[in-house]
Amino acid sequence: MIAERFRYLRPKDLDEALAWLAESQGEVRVLAGGHSLLPLMKLRLAAPQTVLDVERVEALRGIRLEGDVLHIGAMTRYHELARDPLVAEYAPLLAMAARTVGDPQVRNRGTVGGSICHADPAADFPAAALAMDAEVELRSRAGKRRLPLREFLLGPLSTALAPNELLAAIHVPLRAGWGAAYEKFPHPASGYAVAGVAALINKEGGAARAVAVAVTGVGPVAYRAAATEEVLTGASLDAARIQDGASQVAEGVEVNADLFASADYRRHLAQVLAARALRAAWGSD
Amino acid sequence: MALAEEMVKIAVTVNGKRYEDTVEPRWLLAHWLRDRLGLTGTHIGCDTSQCGVCTVVLNGRAVKSCTVLAVQADGGEVLTVEGLARDGKLHPVQEAFREAHGLQCGFCTPGAQMLAYALLEENPHPTEAEIREALDGILCRCTGYQHIVRAIELAAERKEAKA
Amino acid sequence: MSTVIGQPVRRREDARLIVGRGQFTDDLKLPGMTYAVIVRSPYAHARIRRIDVSRALAMPGVLAVFTGKDLEGVLGPVPTAWIPPNADLKQTVHRALAVDEVRYAGDGVAMVVAEDRYTARDAAEAVEVEYEPLPAVVDAWAAVQEGAPLVHPDAPGNLALHWTAGSVDQKAFDEAEVVVRQRFVQQRLIPNPMEPRAAVAWYDPGTENLTVWMTSQNPHIHRFLLSGILGIPEHRLRVVAQDVGGGFGSKISCYPDEALVAHAARTLARPVKWVEDRSEHFMATTHGRDHVQEVELAGRKDGTIEALRVKIWANLGAYLSTAAPGVPTILFGLIVNGCYRIPQASTEVYGVFTHTTPVDAYRGAGRPEATYLIERMVDLFADAIGMDPVEVRRKNFVPPDAFPYTNAFGITYDSGNYPLALDKALERVDYGGFRARQAQARQEGRYLGIGFSTYVEMCGLGPSEVAGAVGFQGGLWENATVRVHPSGKIQVMTGASPHGQGEETTFAQIVAEQLGVAMDDIEVVHGDTDRVTMGWGTYGSRTLAVGGSAVAVACQRLIEKGRRIAAHMLEADADDVAFQQGRYQVQGVPGRSVSFQEVALQAHLAWNLPQGVEPGMEATANYNPSNFTFPFGTHVAIVEVDPDSGLVRLERYVAVDDCGTPINPLIIAGQVHGGVVQGVGQALWEGAVYNAEGQLLTGSFLEYAMPKARFFPPIETDSTVTPSPHNPLGVKGVGETGTIAATPAVVNAVMDALKPFNIRHLDMPLTPEKVWRAIHGKGERQ
Ligand SMILES: Cc1cc2nc3c(=O)[nH]c(=O)nc-3n(C[C@H](O)[C@H](O)[C@H](O)COP(=O)(O)OP(=O)(O)OC[C@H]3O[C@@H](n4cnc5c(N)ncnc54)[C@H](O)[C@@H]3O)c2cc1C
Ligand code: FES
Ligand code: FES
Repeated sequence: MIAERFRYLRPKDLDEALAWLAESQGEVRVLAGGHSLLPLMKLRLAAPQTVLDVERVEALRGIRLEGDVLHIGAMTRYHELARDPLVAEYAPLLAMAARTVGDPQVRNRGTVGGSICHADPAADFPAAALAMDAEVELRSRAGKRRLPLREFLLGPLSTALAPNELLAAIHVPLRAGWGAAYEKFPHPASGYAVAGVAALINKEGGAARAVAVAVTGVGPVAYRAAATEEVLTGASLDAARIQDGASQVAEGVEVNADLFASADYRRHLAQVLAARALRAAWGSD
Repeated sequence: MALAEEMVKIAVTVNGKRYEDTVEPRWLLAHWLRDRLGLTGTHIGCDTSQCGVCTVVLNGRAVKSCTVLAVQADGGEVLTVEGLARDGKLHPVQEAFREAHGLQCGFCTPGAQMLAYALLEENPHPTEAEIREALDGILCRCTGYQHIVRAIELAAERKEAKA
Repeated sequence: MSTVIGQPVRRREDARLIVGRGQFTDDLKLPGMTYAVIVRSPYAHARIRRIDVSRALAMPGVLAVFTGKDLEGVLGPVPTAWIPPNADLKQTVHRALAVDEVRYAGDGVAMVVAEDRYTARDAAEAVEVEYEPLPAVVDAWAAVQEGAPLVHPDAPGNLALHWTAGSVDQKAFDEAEVVVRQRFVQQRLIPNPMEPRAAVAWYDPGTENLTVWMTSQNPHIHRFLLSGILGIPEHRLRVVAQDVGGGFGSKISCYPDEALVAHAARTLARPVKWVEDRSEHFMATTHGRDHVQEVELAGRKDGTIEALRVKIWANLGAYLSTAAPGVPTILFGLIVNGCYRIPQASTEVYGVFTHTTPVDAYRGAGRPEATYLIERMVDLFADAIGMDPVEVRRKNFVPPDAFPYTNAFGITYDSGNYPLALDKALERVDYGGFRARQAQARQEGRYLGIGFSTYVEMCGLGPSEVAGAVGFQGGLWENATVRVHPSGKIQVMTGASPHGQGEETTFAQIVAEQLGVAMDDIEVVHGDTDRVTMGWGTYGSRTLAVGGSAVAVACQRLIEKGRRIAAHMLEADADDVAFQQGRYQVQGVPGRSVSFQEVALQAHLAWNLPQGVEPGMEATANYNPSNFTFPFGTHVAIVEVDPDSGLVRLERYVAVDDCGTPINPLIIAGQVHGGVVQGVGQALWEGAVYNAEGQLLTGSFLEYAMPKARFFPPIETDSTVTPSPHNPLGVKGVGETGTIAATPAVVNAVMDALKPFNIRHLDMPLTPEKVWRAIHGKGERQ
């Protein structure tokens, strides 16, 4: 219940944040919504020497259109995402996933950046963002770099974030009018995804011109179901085709197992959810 | 004992009253409210951020005060169960919890009421399904939730009648 | 005429709780308060090689560190308080802090006391304990096998007790038309009241009085047991349970922890506070249930049940908790026949030590385990003979004209009308209509099921003579004092110790009704051994039936005393004075009356009392019930199983309960809702799981699935009223019926839904994967 002692820093802007991040000795952890970090610290499973609270860093906030992408600041909280008109228009999938996270209090604190940087294998948001082909914008005192999210997420609780880097925002291509669905089977206790499938379909002339399917809870970290996408892209998604695509949603993945769900069951669940998500995104039910 | 340089000054408005204090960064908002301000209406029911009995309203939104550091509330406004009644008059949520028997042991009740308060501020006419979903944020071992759901429905009706 | 009894009076305890002014133990802050943290073993079984407290002690702000060695000869062992006769009970030693050996993950090894909670936590981390891990055994079945690691050297074969009751002639099975056998696993549950356990102790070196504020369901029992452990005489010990945030059985037990806190306060002469973390609760507060049951039923093809034979292995954990030995024996074994007239029945119980958290009462305590097995067996029997489960129930019910009915174990059921509750429930759910809908749904590949639980339970604990006969080391009567002040205001002191059940309201209703005074003039006092003379606490759905009856009897005594004074005041013969609605009235003379409260004033003034009447207006009753009470009813669950995911959705739930005379229907509904939700929790989600090394894998709310609001439809409640004939209120109790009834109703419903897949039985919790595997013939998960 009680964390170990740490030094608390609260930068007022991005420069200060990046400077402190570069200069601090020992382990530094960025504190965003705190809903992954603080629980770990309270159980003493994490004990950073320094905690850098970026809540007041204005540059990490805001949702805005930048050309043909939607810029979503890292400090955007789930509840903001769930109600944002730009998100509703161009990236409703993100809002759908955000609404399934935890409970109202968690959604009031948890952030986009925190979810992505934490890379929890059962987190919802990364799956939706992956399906959206999101890119991450990383900042450090040395400068700025961009990376596709799929290259950023490396494994369970592991990302390509460098120790002195901050995730500033994510950028998502605009997907207005695409069919979108997020299907989640929540763990009855934790509320995290036992399995979750995000599906995005650009339907044109009776065929799926583009299909994106991303899966969470099933593998070491959220991933794109390439085999499924391949089966479906360009086709008309009748029931049989969806079934075929869904059946390959965990193809080549080393499926997680825990007390609640074996690998077999979880794989099956992912298939069931994939079919449901695809049907919904296609508009067949 | 914390070393002086580890301590942080904070100023938080709690239930309309401004408090200044010097805190260890690791102090949880829940502990600060309870141990330093004596506002023991906010309870603590778990150590994994799951149960929600510690729920307070921070800057207008329901949060788990066990998963917010006191320093994170610096400069903010906190509403706890003690601040829900105004001028000696119960808030409609409180009235409704009593009227509908929305509590038994009463341990989850402050958190449940703060969650209900925030829900109704955002969605004044929630459906039963919406209420039950919002109650993901609270574990109650006594009531089976049914009378809590009823209390929130009743509070919504009362708030409207008053408005 | 009834005015307040039976009314949905709004609860008075709510006034403080809804504004955050309850006084839970952790809310207490005394000057000079210090904070304790208990260091617990991470191993289920290990030898303690060495404990080094020096680093912890050296930390600024740390006041003391206690280890088991320090306490030898200072603190007595933690006793069990239920010693069933003829059970060969092995009362092994349970030390407040382990010495040499730890026996479950959570066993206390040291306690740190510091100036604040943060420092205490830091210091606890700095206590160095070197363990030598030893092989552990966690499963009751495994623990009784040859060669299993021993939990206590003085309990060979890990047998804590062996108990039998009833008898069955083998012929009943040899010659039966139908025999049904099934093995059931009653999984282990974790009570999880939302308030964790806590204690604050304060010792006054001047008076040598020690006060312990604690999360207790029974402060007087705690005082009695703590006195023994601490060696502090009972008259110098005060136990206070102000507001308690739920208990569900887990706050009955006397744990080492509260004794340690008290000892630290005495040693340091400072107040000491200890509050359990939730993770600690999972490890170190008693668990519930945990049986392996083998059940055999013999019957006829026409649906008659002829004999029942039950054999169980009850996991009691590493030490015998306070009531633990009585739960799987007396509270379980004597009513396994449920509401059915079964001529021959027997129960055999092996109580087993394992390297797990001690197991004790959990809401229902024994009766849910009994009800589950009989209600499941009836369904399996119905299946075997191709009869409707409702008809099998009806055929075997103890008929309404058979009460008082004595079952095969010698337990006498007070009153009942089982078919009435069943019919009411059937009507509500439209049984015929449901079967049609179910058939239709199956055509569409949807799987609906209906499940019944026609339960009866034994509560209102209980006659003290019986308590003695069955080895409970206490009485089960209850004490009440009704004190009328000169101004007419009334205090009711009760030895029951409610913690959510609302007796501050219902007891006031009883007094208001009996004495005809306003509710606002009455206050109910409980949970303080210095304010309440004596008491045995709140558990076993006894508070209203026993504690409430004590209040009613005390009121009657006051009325009789008042009648003599009133007659004197009204210059009438006492026999001519009637007491109605708070007034003494000379019969036949409308103008001549005086109120109870006026009489009370005269009793206090004592200026002119009749001969032989003592001044004052206070009565005490020690009510000892002549029997248990036997609430009953029918619960019906309707579920839909999703064959794709195995997920069970509760579609409808109907509860028809008969708890005797209702005092407050709103509170009754609340008790039913809460109990049902917990009962459904056991059926579908909850379950403590240990790995082979004795690590609890479900050690937090992240893994242990507590019921949530969104899993439930509104629960529909209804009632029948069959008063208990043997207590003055006619009440039976409703605190545990939900957990008793709901679990089998839901499991029966799921099994009914799964009929097309030829699945005979699945053990709880019916998690999606388990159901999915069964549907798709995948066998059990390895
Ligand atoms: C009760 C509960 C239930 C939950 N249920 C769900 C659920 O159902 N689904 C789900 O997906 N999640 C769930 N979560 C997790 C929740 O979504 C977290 O809030 C989220 O994963 C992390 O976001 P955060 O802003 O709280 O991050 P923090 O906890 O503040 O940080 C998480 C990690 O990311 C790092 N970090 C954060 N922001 C940045 C940044 N901008 N740059 C660099 N590093 C950064 C931190 O240093 C830390 O290591 C739950 C949490 C709780 C407490
Ligand atoms: S105390 Fe349980 S969520 Fe805060
Ligand atoms: S009222 Fe007791 S936990 Fe909710």
